[in-house]
Amino acid sequence: MSETFDVTETLDVKGQSCPMPVVKTKQAIDALEEGDVLEVLATDSGSMSDIEGWAEGTDGVTLLGQADEDGLYTHYVEKTA
Amino acid sequence: MSTDTPSADAENVADADLETLQERVEDLEGSLADLEAEDDGKKLTIIATKGTFDMAYPPLILASTAAAFDWEVVVFHTFWGLDILHEEKSKDLKISAVGNPTMPMPNVLAALPGMDAMATKMMERKIDQNNTATIEELIELSLDQGVDLQACQMTVELMDYDEEDFYEGVTTGVGAATALQHLAESDVQLLV
Repeated sequence: MSETFDVTETLDVKGQSCPMPVVKTKQAIDALEEGDVLEVLATDSGSMSDIEGWAEGTDGVTLLGQADEDGLYTHYVEKTA
Repeated sequence: MSTDTPSADAENVADADLETLQERVEDLEGSLADLEAEDDGKKLTIIATKGTFDMAYPPLILASTAAAFDWEVVVFHTFWGLDILHEEKSKDLKISAVGNPTMPMPNVLAALPGMDAMATKMMERKIDQNNTATIEELIELSLDQGVDLQACQMTVELMDYDEEDFYEGVTTGVGAATALQHLAESDVQLLV
């Protein structure tokens, strides 16, 4: 479960609900460089499906992994373009 | 398709034809590439017609999320939907207690004075507890992300609103034809 990635930046959206985790992830990714990895910390259980769907439907990002530990949902998104 | 028997003349003609054909193929390949490039991004158009607190959320949440997908997004606000864009009124949108099957009271009680305000307060408290974004936050977020929030000119006049009543960045001076054009160009169209 605990894969490690070379994280460039961490975005904390704990306590925030839909659509904030996705929208803020997108904004954080926009501010990063190609090859950077964003770690997103969320408590919204919907973020598991939402960030996966967002990464799938958006050009230039790849979802490297997701983890669910005691109500903390962690997402790793790489900016690929 | 020619079935002529080959001769010197016919060969010349065939060469010329081939050249025209090649040019034509190149032209077509060019237009196809243009079309594919154009078709790259998706577009969402929402028509927002309701101005109650609960009905203000779905268009704004979908619009800001679609913008996060890099979609082109237009929300055309008409009739009571205009209140969502109205800077003052958007902060004071109400839930209707009457005809709302999720209210824990019969309609005859829900119709009493003060019930809408009570239902709205309840919902506002829930939203606050759940850390859900406010209408104002979602509007700012949408505008920041390039969502085109439009106010239908005919209903702006009908409701006696003024351009200055709306959030900065809202598009005014648009009508049904503009809405239809956006709807026709969109991959996803919604009426809320």
